[in-house]
Amino acid sequence: MSDYTKPTNESEFEKNFEQIKPLMNSTQAYYESSRCLFCYDAPCVNACPTRIDIPLFIRQINSGNLTGSAKTIYESNYFGYACGKVCPTDVLCEGACVYNLQEVKPIEIGRLQSFATSTAISESKKLFIPGKSNGKKVAIIGAGPAGISCACELRMMGYDAVIFEAREKPSGLTVYGVAPYKITNKEALDEMDYLQGQFGFEIHFESGIYKKEDFIRLEKEFDAVFIGTGLGKTNSLNISGMNLENCFGAVEFIAELKIHQHNVKVGNKVIVLGGGNTAMDAASESARMGAEKVILAYRRSNEEKGAYEFEYDLAKSAGVKGMFNVSPVEITGKDKVEGVKFIRTRTENGKVINIIGTEFTEPCDMVIVATGQSKQEELLSNVSGIKFDLKGRLVVDPENYQTPNPKYFSAGDIISGGQEVVNAAADAKKAARGIDRYLKNKS
Amino acid sequence: MPDISVNFAGIRSPNPFWLASAPPTNSGYQIMKAFDAGWGGAVWKTLGVPIVNVSSRYGSVNYRNTRMMGFNNIELITDRPLKDNLREIEEVKKYFPDHAVIASLMVETREQWHQIVKDAENAGADGLELNFGCPHGMCERGMGSAVGQEPEVLKLIVSWVKEVATKPVIVKLTPNISDITDAAIAARQGGGDAISLINTIQSIVGVDIDNFVAYPVVDGKSTNGGYCGPAVKPIALNMLKNCAQHPDVNLPISGIGGIENWKDAVEFILLGASTVQVCTAVMHYGFGIIREMIPGLENYMTEKGFNTIDEMKGKALRNITNWENLNLDYKIIAEINKDKCIGCELCYIACEDGAHQAIGLSDNGTRVPYIIEENCVGCNLCSLVCPVESCITMIRKDDGKKYETWKDRTEAGNIPVTFNDELAGGLHHFVPDPLTALKKNNHGYK
Ligand SMILES: Cc1cc2nc3c(=O)[nH]c(=O)nc-3n(C[C@H](O)[C@H](O)[C@H](O)COP(=O)(O)OP(=O)(O)OC[C@H]3O[C@@H](n4cnc5c(N)ncnc54)[C@H](O)[C@@H]3O)c2cc1C
Ligand code: SF4
Repeated sequence: MSDYTKPTNESEFEKNFEQIKPLMNSTQAYYESSRCLFCYDAPCVNACPTRIDIPLFIRQINSGNLTGSAKTIYESNYFGYACGKVCPTDVLCEGACVYNLQEVKPIEIGRLQSFATSTAISESKKLFIPGKSNGKKVAIIGAGPAGISCACELRMMGYDAVIFEAREKPSGLTVYGVAPYKITNKEALDEMDYLQGQFGFEIHFESGIYKKEDFIRLEKEFDAVFIGTGLGKTNSLNISGMNLENCFGAVEFIAELKIHQHNVKVGNKVIVLGGGNTAMDAASESARMGAEKVILAYRRSNEEKGAYEFEYDLAKSAGVKGMFNVSPVEITGKDKVEGVKFIRTRTENGKVINIIGTEFTEPCDMVIVATGQSKQEELLSNVSGIKFDLKGRLVVDPENYQTPNPKYFSAGDIISGGQEVVNAAADAKKAARGIDRYLKNKS
Repeated sequence: MPDISVNFAGIRSPNPFWLASAPPTNSGYQIMKAFDAGWGGAVWKTLGVPIVNVSSRYGSVNYRNTRMMGFNNIELITDRPLKDNLREIEEVKKYFPDHAVIASLMVETREQWHQIVKDAENAGADGLELNFGCPHGMCERGMGSAVGQEPEVLKLIVSWVKEVATKPVIVKLTPNISDITDAAIAARQGGGDAISLINTIQSIVGVDIDNFVAYPVVDGKSTNGGYCGPAVKPIALNMLKNCAQHPDVNLPISGIGGIENWKDAVEFILLGASTVQVCTAVMHYGFGIIREMIPGLENYMTEKGFNTIDEMKGKALRNITNWENLNLDYKIIAEINKDKCIGCELCYIACEDGAHQAIGLSDNGTRVPYIIEENCVGCNLCSLVCPVESCITMIRKDDGKKYETWKDRTEAGNIPVTFNDELAGGLHHFVPDPLTALKKNNHGYK
């Protein structure tokens, strides 16, 4: 039984998707920042992929220097506000807080981080001045966390940064993927506006780079090219019924939900296939959209699922029921989805084994397939010298983030196979430094 | 159940908790309400020729999220006519004959002192407190701390009061003086029956950095005020100890300065106070805090086996001595409890930058620091910065057989006397070579 009723307007949608890390007010921030111990060589810093000087920015909040605090954050992470809201802080900074060892609630680093940056954003505080132009131009494919972060860093070093984005809005999956109860679209886009105001990069929307000619043009017109396309569509499952009406890929469903919100139709009984974080999000979101029953079906055991435990807890708290060791055999139905036929499984030496004779059909009127996003091998077959590893990750050297084709650099989900916003922000900054080193050595 | 009633220089009170002369004792209404709540006595807001006050009057020192850790005021003595105050004193005494009502007084001339002492006694005051402490406003007019800072003047005025007083006279001392015992001795010589201390400390609590003016602000201007609240307790305790230990003072003492719970009161009593006075904590939380103080004190006395306040009074005094009498052979070093350590490494950086480079960071992947025993001087800084209760403890390393003080060594001619004396305590102590330790080249700076 779900506790949510179907949202029919924007405010009902916002209520169902209430922020789980709402913005702090200044009193909350002051009290929370007072608790920070200012650890030496603080473990939270080491746990943050972008290595924000967390004790410093918290002390700056406490001493009333919000501008300085925002600067400390942005110097390490251009997605400072978004990360504060969307980072899985339990397993990153907050998970490393020494208070955990005392069974005291860890410092709410993420919320403090969003608090500190929110004022800079709302007041358009000028914190950065782009470097003096060096006359060099870098093309960036994709305006996601990786592309935007790379652009900001390049601008600081005096490069022209021109972003080509397939969609209508910047920030990548922050707007098109991350769960609405983590960050609102407005919040994500306000930060993008702020960054553009600070750094002055150029973005061309609805300007996807797909064809060989596009790549050739970029190679000609620019000194280097950064690939920040993230991953592709949801992988299709090799079972029948995938083309039935009301069977969706998870990232497609979520993108739809993020843009059309309460106007998106969700079934009464939804089955989500998968055991990763995206599956958890899709299930949670279906429940919050008012589906009467949401089943999360995973072919391995609960312990083997890829999702963070807190994401599963969040889904359960929204009314999602977990069903483990069941593998989908077929999506049943005539034109529309009517159910999923499963077979029970067990795991042996890491392998999933179907238990013969245990087939059963679970009725439903909507299926969301969350079986991972496809890789970008096809797109990048247009670029010579590019390599992918066995897991479909674009290969770059770990220091400069340069691909085997020296003109191309990359960071974000496309090289990691799918991580977090904060990883894309961290790596893209390093890639920008790599581009700088490469172009300086060349000239 | 221990007996917590007191007889303070002849003033009886059901318990040692009094309200200090201050805004909470401005009126009969407040004092009756306080007595109903459980307070044992109250020193009335200072009577005299009424004054005119300014707004605002208070400033605060907040420490992180703790408000009013320190507090200052620029309020003066009562601004109400004397007859109103006297009438209310009478009323209070009618309803609370067993509680202590003390009239705080501050006037100028001998005649005024005689008059006001008689008036206060006629109204039924159980005792008189002479306000020689107020460090702002009144002192500019030759009263308050202007008197308290001049032992001869203080003595003279106490003697004027004693010419007519029939009730016990308490002299309230200012801390704004080099040696508070000079004033305490003068109070005794003038015939005073008791002393109370400390009054507030001259202070500026902070500066408005946007408008370039100190707090509290009165129409764009400010002045120095009197500091009190938890922040001043250490200063009060030291002055209390000085008066309580001085053989020529030998008067009952009412302790004042930052008291806000039973434990603070116990500390004052162990250093020689027999009553305590509270102001800031009441201004912060109201009279209700007394319900924590009384049972706390009773519980402590029961656990320690004290039957009366007198039995515990001054118990800690005999263990406070001059530095020269401390044992130089007592050696302790820090020990870190690995199981309790949470790895904040604050002890490491405190010792490294602020002490003796006696804590190391392990390279075995844990964040638990270790003590470099030969470098540790036993200063205990690390145990103070450690946020975990009893994680860092100080372990005794000497055998406890030797007890030699600086005084002993001086008498034996065994102390360093020249600048490069071989007897220097830190002579063979480890100190890193700065250039090597900081990896600097040795060409010096340009
Ligand atoms: C459902 C879901 C939920 C998530 N939740 C969280 C979360 O809570 N917290 C968190 O930290 N991370 C979360 N993530 C992961 C996070 O969103 C990604 O790690 C991050 O966005 C990766 O950044 P990126 O720049 O590499 O890729 P993306 O964000 O995918 O951005 C790539 C951009 O490139 C554009 N693009 C793609 N192809 C082309 C092309 N050919 N030409 C031009 N432009 C192109 C895309 O339109 C997009 O704007 C989630 C991911 C998903 C799918
Ligand atoms: S960016 Fe994310 S991981 Fe890093 S400090 Fe901020 S909230 Fe924590």
